[in-house]
Amino acid sequence: MTLTLQLGIIVGYLILALAIGLVAYRLADRTAEDFYLASRTFGTIVLLFTTFATLLSAFTFFAGPNVAYQQGPEWVLVMGLMDGIIFAILWYVIGYKQWLLGQNHGYVTLGEMLGDRFGSTWFRGLVAGISLVWLFPYVMLQQVGAGTALTALTEGAIPYWAGAGLITAFMILYVVLAGMRGIAWTDTLQGAFMLVVTWVAMLWLLAVVGGPTSATAALEAEAAQHLALGSDHYTPQWMLSTAITIGFGVAMFPQVNQRFFAAGSRTVLKRSFALWPILCVLLFVPSFLIGAWARGLDVTIPEGGNVLPIVLAEYTPVWFAALVIAGAMAAMMSSSDSMLLSGSSYFTRDLYRPVLESRSDIQSISSRREDLVARVGVVVFATASFLVSLVNPATLFELGDAAFSGFAQLALPVLVALYWRGTTRAGMTAGILASQAFYLASLFTAVVPSTYAGWTAGLVGMGLGLVVTVVVSLVTMPAADEQRALYFDGLRSD
Amino acid sequence: MRHLQLVGWLAVAVVLCALAIPWFLWGDSRTVAGIPLWLWWHIGWMGLTSVVFWLFSRHAWGLGIEPGGATQAGNMAAKTETDAGGDQP
Repeated sequence: MTLTLQLGIIVGYLILALAIGLVAYRLADRTAEDFYLASRTFGTIVLLFTTFATLLSAFTFFAGPNVAYQQGPEWVLVMGLMDGIIFAILWYVIGYKQWLLGQNHGYVTLGEMLGDRFGSTWFRGLVAGISLVWLFPYVMLQQVGAGTALTALTEGAIPYWAGAGLITAFMILYVVLAGMRGIAWTDTLQGAFMLVVTWVAMLWLLAVVGGPTSATAALEAEAAQHLALGSDHYTPQWMLSTAITIGFGVAMFPQVNQRFFAAGSRTVLKRSFALWPILCVLLFVPSFLIGAWARGLDVTIPEGGNVLPIVLAEYTPVWFAALVIAGAMAAMMSSSDSMLLSGSSYFTRDLYRPVLESRSDIQSISSRREDLVARVGVVVFATASFLVSLVNPATLFELGDAAFSGFAQLALPVLVALYWRGTTRAGMTAGILASQAFYLASLFTAVVPSTYAGWTAGLVGMGLGLVVTVVVSLVTMPAADEQRALYFDGLRSD
Repeated sequence: MRHLQLVGWLAVAVVLCALAIPWFLWGDSRTVAGIPLWLWWHIGWMGLTSVVFWLFSRHAWGLGIEPGGATQAGNMAAKTETDAGGDQP
């Protein structure tokens, strides 16, 4: 019964998403700007919820409550600080400036924006290349996750390769068809659904166990240390390192960063910015509290099992638990499709097109041709990550897990470039390469330690990148083709 | 004036970040209505952050980014800055 229900709900979601994709396809212009950015037309609700659903999906449903169960609910503070506040501030500091530049110069990717300023196709390719190195395994993780979940759900009836393949095929079809507009529309449904479902789940659980006071009393009896702020796991250094690196990392994640370009107007950006912290805390609090309270309840969580589905299965009706799990899987897909689209745009605009345009016989590519190439890019990117996910190389998993800090290494050089005219191409290149090399070395070699008095290598790498960018910029002259005034002069929205 | 405004808002941003985690309640396990006191602080702080962000978007949006800086309701007579005028922070 549960199985049929869960599969029914998942298939229902896929059909609904496809229908939305078809409507989006009918509305679309055949240009890359429309495919990647929905022609920069997002309103407040769509921008807010597409960013929300892209950023906060499977982690909020699965990993987050698991951590709260094992270590206490303090994660909610880290989430609030990094996503609700630090990211929101970056939304203004990086995002609004990016939006203005995108409006004025038609940029679609971060690499394009930087490549223009620093007068270098090579540098543009470097930024895109680094982003793809971190994004690729992350897309793969989602495929592996969805494949594994489908296998578990059907108790092996759908083998792993078929599950991951099915999800990949669906995502290719959907992204190629729908583009950014369709993705954002399904994200909006998804985000609203996540919010409602987590609150209903928490209220349902509390109604059964007799309210928050008794749920907390049970938790205190089982693990009193979970109620006190801080622990051996949650040290101030760790909480701050995590919040800062992930907060900055998120702003450089292609699928999130690209949404900075997509707002329809300045008013949309202002409203989304002000509503963002409230929206985040509304989702985090119920989801993490369920995880923490579960510790005091009479449920057994097997090793490696997910807390939320087990608690819901115990305390809520079958159909509701099934709905939440199906929703969580759909949420995973809603993040992956955005990654796929952005990955394709970085690949097509910053790596493929510059190479093609550098050939003397091709001056420029028509927008229809580019639109086609963009869709082919999606197929290539998704198929490649699917094939690699069948092999499951451990190194790529490590890369995927480390992706947030990897992206965070890009954030400070980009900030410096956006706000300091003295930044030079040599400074940017040195800063980016030094912090990436340092961070990769901390992950894969014993030469570079992974923590420094409790602070993570990700955070130390960010500091290193900042210092190298500034120092090298100070001692080098700008290259002749750099456009130093690009980010400053004539920048206004109306 | 614009410089002062910028420094002021930067300070506000730092305070918003710094106190999202109530460090002064470290080790505290008091609960109110079944929720840890430190979590109530965080919830209230996020609400306050939204209000502050809204005020910023109303009164100072564009500060540090657009030439002419913060404007009321987005209508401004932007003056173009010259290169010699120095970098925006």
